[in-house]
Amino acid sequence: MTAAALKILIIDDEPPIRKLLRMGLTTQGYQILEAPNGKTALELLSQRPDLIILDLGLPDIQGHELLRTIRARNESVPIVVLSSRGDEAGKVQALDLGADDYLTKPFGLDELLARMRAALRHQLQVHGERPIFKAGDLSVDLVRRVVKVRDNEVKLSPKEYDLLRVLVQHAGKVLTHKLLLGELWDELVDTQYLRVYVRQLRQKIETDPERPQYILTETGVGYRLRSPD
Amino acid sequence: MADQRRDLEKRPAPEALLAAARREESRIGKLKIFVGAAPGVGKTYEMLQQARARRKDGYDIVIGVVETHGRKETEALLEGLDVIPRWRLEYKGQWLEEMDLDAIIARRPQIVLVDELAHTNVPGSRHPKRYLDVEELLNHGIDVYTTVNIQHIESLNDVVAQITRVRVRETLPDSVFDRADAIELVDLTPDDLIQRLKDGKVYVPEQAERALEHYFSPTNLTALRELALRRTAERVDEQLLAELQTHAIAGPWAAGERVLVCISEDPRAAGLVRYAKRLSDRLHAVFTALYIETRRSLRLTEEQRDRIADTLRLAETLGGEAITIPGGDRSIADDVIDYARANNITQVIIGKTSRSRWFEILNGSVVHELVRRSGNISVHVIAGDDIVGEPIPKKTVRTAEEALQFDPRPYAIALVAVAAGLGAGEAIQPWFGFENVNLVFLTAIVGVAVRCGLWPSIFASVAASLCYNFFFLPPIYTFTITDPTNVAAFFFFIVIAIVVSNVAARVRTQAIVAMGRARATESLYAFSRKLAGVGALDDVLWATAYQTALMLKVRVVLLLPENGTIAVKAGYPPEDILDNADLAAAKWAWENNRTAGRGSDTLPGAKRLFLPMRTGRGAIGVVGIDRDKPGPLLTPDERRLLDALIDQGALAIERVHLVEDMGRVKRTVETDRLRSALLTSISHDLKTPLAAVLGSASTLRDLTGKLSEVEKTDLLATIIDESERLNRFIANLLDMTKLESGAIVPNMSAHDLAEIVGSALRRANKILAQHHVKLELTKELPMIELDAVLFEQVLFNILDNATKYAAAGTAIRIRSWRDTDTVCLEILDEGEGIPPADLERIFDKFYRVQKRDQVLAGTGLGLGISRGFVEAMNGTITAANRTDGTGAAFTIRLPVPVNPQQLDTAA
Repeated sequence: MTAAALKILIIDDEPPIRKLLRMGLTTQGYQILEAPNGKTALELLSQRPDLIILDLGLPDIQGHELLRTIRARNESVPIVVLSSRGDEAGKVQALDLGADDYLTKPFGLDELLARMRAALRHQLQVHGERPIFKAGDLSVDLVRRVVKVRDNEVKLSPKEYDLLRVLVQHAGKVLTHKLLLGELWDELVDTQYLRVYVRQLRQKIETDPERPQYILTETGVGYRLRSPD
Repeated sequence: MADQRRDLEKRPAPEALLAAARREESRIGKLKIFVGAAPGVGKTYEMLQQARARRKDGYDIVIGVVETHGRKETEALLEGLDVIPRWRLEYKGQWLEEMDLDAIIARRPQIVLVDELAHTNVPGSRHPKRYLDVEELLNHGIDVYTTVNIQHIESLNDVVAQITRVRVRETLPDSVFDRADAIELVDLTPDDLIQRLKDGKVYVPEQAERALEHYFSPTNLTALRELALRRTAERVDEQLLAELQTHAIAGPWAAGERVLVCISEDPRAAGLVRYAKRLSDRLHAVFTALYIETRRSLRLTEEQRDRIADTLRLAETLGGEAITIPGGDRSIADDVIDYARANNITQVIIGKTSRSRWFEILNGSVVHELVRRSGNISVHVIAGDDIVGEPIPKKTVRTAEEALQFDPRPYAIALVAVAAGLGAGEAIQPWFGFENVNLVFLTAIVGVAVRCGLWPSIFASVAASLCYNFFFLPPIYTFTITDPTNVAAFFFFIVIAIVVSNVAARVRTQAIVAMGRARATESLYAFSRKLAGVGALDDVLWATAYQTALMLKVRVVLLLPENGTIAVKAGYPPEDILDNADLAAAKWAWENNRTAGRGSDTLPGAKRLFLPMRTGRGAIGVVGIDRDKPGPLLTPDERRLLDALIDQGALAIERVHLVEDMGRVKRTVETDRLRSALLTSISHDLKTPLAAVLGSASTLRDLTGKLSEVEKTDLLATIIDESERLNRFIANLLDMTKLESGAIVPNMSAHDLAEIVGSALRRANKILAQHHVKLELTKELPMIELDAVLFEQVLFNILDNATKYAAAGTAIRIRSWRDTDTVCLEILDEGEGIPPADLERIFDKFYRVQKRDQVLAGTGLGLGISRGFVEAMNGTITAANRTDGTGAAFTIRLPVPVNPQQLDTAA
């Protein structure tokens, strides 16, 4: 698996951004494909990239449209979307359309690498789920359904546990309210329920629930569980 | 001096140039009048021939209305010319045809032919007179050819009537005739005309056939022809004069002749005015009609007052000036002479009195006195005309007559007074004798005169004299007097009684008049004071409408221009909508700056009378009035009062407009100032971090070999920090732009305040590195309706602000609590606090509190955005200084939802 370098397709119309990403990612051992517009991007899909970085503001095709087309052709390739602050609705829409994560411009390379790792890890996890999740003082044993903070077992209600399980399964990745609600409730319920459970869960697993370290709020979008160590 | 004067006279007269320029520039149509001495001279024929000639030259010519009266030669000329079909309207069961004004205006020909300028339109037409139609055509830039007979000219009306013994009712104001750009006299000798008449070539209405023989007598025709020639010559003369003045050719025109005509309620005054017009035309002078309002004026009947107003209006129609001045306590002659001297009048015209010799001996003769005191002013004493018929033209605005009802009460009081006198007389007779009883009666009569006026006191005088004779003069209980001394005493008693009545009654009238005038003046004064006090246009309009309605007992609407038309802006009683007829009249009054509607010349079918409200800058609105009472709307007095009220209102409206204009200018200046401050600020805030980034990056590139690793790291950190600062600034700028353009639509849903505080703290992690944050959040606060993204930004901005104003190492406290139906969030820093004067201003755009020590400059936008966002989320944000130490405290208050959802989380 590691024999060949992972292929990353960068879709962005700004040459400086492409250059920056190319330089930054090449140093990390990735192989780079570049597309300045949607048309080229679709052509390059045939080279089967391992991850796609997509800027939502493209000159020829609407970013969301391109995202839909890519998903239609390739079910599983991880996609990280680049968008601007204030466009929370656009982010949510991109995530709902199948993007794996998003980054708000401007961003640092470290952030991008973290997002990419999370997206790629999730891709791998689909094949083999890790039984025990560990991040800081928090450990979650998905097989035995045991949650521990600083080695003390924490009692969770079934719903709280389900919430944590979904978060753990996608650790490091943002999960939209809609996705979480769909995973946890059969019928349609208000986001408020989710907020209440997140609060309760934080009370139980966070050291300082007012400044959470594990379950992070992505304001206007959803929640993200800290990546495992 | 003389040379200088000649120089001045050689220069074109500015008025003449102006008039010429106005005529050329504003594309007002040219008016050509074909004048004839009598019907049948061939005006229409001549007009058509000229029209055909012009058409050959390529002019677009249509026929508005031409009466051929079945003459074949004339009809032949119509061939090939476009005829605009007349429109038909029903009047008293008959279908009548009139010129279709709108169709002509819509067709927009270059020249339109309109026969019979003096024609009176069928009631229901837009204008009562055809010459008003023609004026409108001219105003639309269409040239008009028209015809008129000399007998229709207003100022010649009397003369023609004298010559022919036929008074023509359809008259044409001289001003229309004089404004014509060209006059062409269609001349035919009387003999030829009579021959044509005999040949049946002259159209004569059947009913007029009897009068025909007399009218078309050679004498009459010769006189009429002379009139026509002379009037045309005068007109041509004027044209020449205007031409000469325009081109500064020294001419023989007489300078400074001014004619004054004194008018009274006498029906013959109209004749005087016409005479004045002719005289002033001959002298190339202007004329003024003067009416002096005296005590006597107040005793005039409404009919007489109307006549005065109409005569004054006639003077205006004839191109003169109409003036009314209040008389002093002296003779009328004094007032006239004073006015004449003050206004450089050279000729005074006054009517010959028809008063008796007795009246003149008692009251003095105005004419004699005027002649005696006139000095170098010529006085014309004119007999006026005794012609029966209709000496006064129709009014511009018909006014009502006040119904005078007989009131018996004063007479009853008079009787009671006399009876009381009788009783008192009987009582004192035994002591003072019957000779002195008449003094008791006199006292009663004076009392009646003072209280009830002239006629009741004369009535009292008669009753008292009868009583005195019957009850006191021997032989008593008879109406005979035996003693001759008593006859003399009785006679003097009657004379004194009547004289005293007269004097006392006059004093009373004066007092009443003075009181009435004082009351009107006071009301007007109060009104103007009220108007001066109000600033808003609506208030001014309302006050004007209300005051007018109150003082004149009419219904009032006020219309002001709006989007190219006019619309009702106020009314008393309130009225929003006018029917179409009224709206048309109001529009016409507005567009033409003249009176229209009920009782006026234009659109008299409307329910209301519309008068333009004028100020020095032109018309600014229209006032419409109506009243339930049928017939004419206003008495002349009311009309004058209305004018005064409208003038006051117009001035007040103009004042409001001016104030608004000034405010607008001021705001523009303010905005410009703000904009330039903004630009300065923005360019500074954008360039500073950019300069740091650029400088650091270029240093790294150019000096990379000479820099230590620490220096490199430092430079890189600067690049990153400054870029982030720039990013924050741009984000703020975008937020502010969104706020100002109204693009912020909060996405409200229920949130846990603590969660958003947490995410804001995480986002502000980097800028908070130098401070420590103490959280004191109350547990179990209800969920709050807000937009999480906006609220996070609000908190971020306030935290950002706190880090700038509070020294590194200090604490920032964040507290939350519930205060009945609001949830409060407070952010407290340990900086120097906010100067009290700045507590509100810190939320202004680009406002920054002056800092003593150098701290990183903020954008000056953050707090403004915070306030904008919080308010968009139905909350408030205030700034204060901490009471428990130094530092600023920002408090955000958000309402608790009415029904906070109770969530079942046990599942």
